[in-house]
Amino acid sequence: MTTTIEASNSQNNVPAPRQWHTIKLIENPYYRYGLIVLAIAYFIFAVTTLEIDWSRIYTGLPRAGDIFTRMVPPDFSRWSLLTRGILESVQIALAASFFGMILAIPLGLCGARNLVPKPVYLVARSIIVLTRSFHEIIIAIFFVKIFGFGPLAGVLTLIVASTNFIAKMLAEDIENMPAGQLEAIRATGASFPKLLIYCISPQALPRYLGVSIYRLDANIRHSTVVGIVGAGGIGQVLAATFTRYDYDFSLAILMCIVGLVFIGEFFSNWVRGRLR
Amino acid sequence: MLTITDLTKTYPTGTAALKGVSFSISEPQVVAIIGPSGSGKSTLIRCINRLIEPTSGSVVLEDLNITKLGRRKLRKARRRMGMIFQEYNLVERLTVMENALSGRLGYVSFWQAFRRKFPPEDVSKAFQLLDRVGLEGYHDTRADALSGGERQRVGIARALMQNPALLLVDEPTASLDPKTSRQVMRLLVELSKEFGTLTLVNIHDVGLAQMFADRIIGLRLGEVVFDGTADQVTEQVLTDIYGEEDWSATIRKVPEGDDDDEDEATAKAAS
Repeated sequence: MTTTIEASNSQNNVPAPRQWHTIKLIENPYYRYGLIVLAIAYFIFAVTTLEIDWSRIYTGLPRAGDIFTRMVPPDFSRWSLLTRGILESVQIALAASFFGMILAIPLGLCGARNLVPKPVYLVARSIIVLTRSFHEIIIAIFFVKIFGFGPLAGVLTLIVASTNFIAKMLAEDIENMPAGQLEAIRATGASFPKLLIYCISPQALPRYLGVSIYRLDANIRHSTVVGIVGAGGIGQVLAATFTRYDYDFSLAILMCIVGLVFIGEFFSNWVRGRLR
Repeated sequence: MLTITDLTKTYPTGTAALKGVSFSISEPQVVAIIGPSGSGKSTLIRCINRLIEPTSGSVVLEDLNITKLGRRKLRKARRRMGMIFQEYNLVERLTVMENALSGRLGYVSFWQAFRRKFPPEDVSKAFQLLDRVGLEGYHDTRADALSGGERQRVGIARALMQNPALLLVDEPTASLDPKTSRQVMRLLVELSKEFGTLTLVNIHDVGLAQMFADRIIGLRLGEVVFDGTADQVTEQVLTDIYGEEDWSATIRKVPEGDDDDEDEATAKAAS
C-alpha cells in the first residue's frame, strides 16, 4: 500500500516533508555512543583499580579531629617570626612581579605574530610554553637545589612564572589589535620603535598594567606556597611548624595568609577597577 | 609625477590580484579608481607605498623608484605618501591631536615621539589643519569618542600632516552615510587642490567618483579596463568594469555640483 501512495504522491508533485535536525558534535552515532560507553567503562575501571582504602580514611578521621583540636586556640606568641615570614613573602611577591613585568615586555613583543618574523615568534612562544609547562613548585624545587634554601629561590621561581604569564597575555593582546592601526602608523613612514611607542604601547598599556596587578595578587598567594619546598617566606615557616607538630602556630600562620590574600585581592581589584 | 608600469601582485595563495597595471599621472589631480570588490583596488594602492610588496613592476613617484628602495629609504619615501582608510585606523586611545601629529612620525626623532614633544611648527600646523577639517576644539578628545565622520576628518588631517606629494585613499566613504560621504569627499578634494597633492581614491560609489574626480580608472580582475574623464563613463563602460546590470540610474546626469547649499559650517555641525 505505502509504495502506491508514494508513487501517486510523486506523480502529483506533492513534495515529501523535509527532515531537519541540529548538527551533532560527532555525526556518526556509532562513534558518539561508543565514546560515551568507553568513558563510563574507564570510570568503572579507574575506581576499581585505584584501591581506595576505606579503612585508612576511617582511621584518619579521628587523627584529623585531633590536629584540629590542637590547632585551637591559634598561637600568636611568636609574632616576630610570623611578621618576618609575612614580610618576606610580600617582598618575594613584589620583587618577582617587578622583574616579571620588565622581562615580559621583550618576550611578549617577540611572541606577537603580527610584529615579528616567524622564527623570532616561534622561539618566544616556545620559551613561554616551556616555562608554563612546569608548575611553580617544580621550578621552586629546582632553584632550591641550585641556590639553596631561602627567598632567592622563591623570587627566581616567581620571576619565571610572572614573566611567562604576563608575556603570554601581552602577546595575545597585541595579536588581537586591529591590523589597520598598525598599517596606518607604518604608512606614515614610522620605524618599528616609533610604532611601538606611538601605537602599540597606548593600546596595550591598560591591559598590561591590569594583568601585572593581577599577577602581583597571584604572586602573593604563590609566595606562600613556594616556601613549603624551602624557597623562603611564610610558607617555609609554615612547613616547619607542621614537622614540629606546632599546630596552634600553624593555624596562626594560616589565618595570616588568608588575611594577606584578602588584602592582595582587594588591592588588585581596586587598582584594576581604576584602570578602566 | 606618478608612473606605474606593469605592476603585478600574486598572493602566496596563488590569487593574482594585479595583472600588469600601468598608468601615468603627470600633474596633481584627483583620480578615482573604481571596480568591483576583488578587482585589486586596495592591493593597488597598498603596492604603491609597499604596505603590500608587489610581485613585479615599478612605481615611480617624482623620479624616485619606490619599488627599488631599501627599508630605510622606503620609510623616507612613505613620508611623502599620506594614506586615508575606510575604517579610519586612528590609534583609538590617543587624542585627536596625538593622532594628527602621528603624521609627523617619519620626521621627528624617537625621543620626540616618545615624549610627545613635537616641533612647535608641527603643532601649530596640526591646529590649523584640525580647524580646517572642522574639528576646532577637539584636540584633547580621545579618538574613540568620535563619530565616523569626525574620525575620517582626523584621518585626513593626519595624512596631510605628512606634507604629502601623494594621497592614497582607500574607500574613504564606505563606512559613512551619504551626506557625510559627500562632505568628506568634498573636503578631501578641496584640500588636495589646496596642498597640490595627487590624490588616488579607491571608491565604490560611481556617482561620487564622477562628482569629484578629474580622472577615473576602472579596474576589473586586476587589469585596467577604463581610463578617462567622468563624462566618458557610460553604461557600456560600467558593464565593462562591473558586468551586466541596469546602469541607467547610476550615471550622473547633472554635470555640475548639485549640493552647493552645504557649506563647511553645516558640514561640521552635521558630523
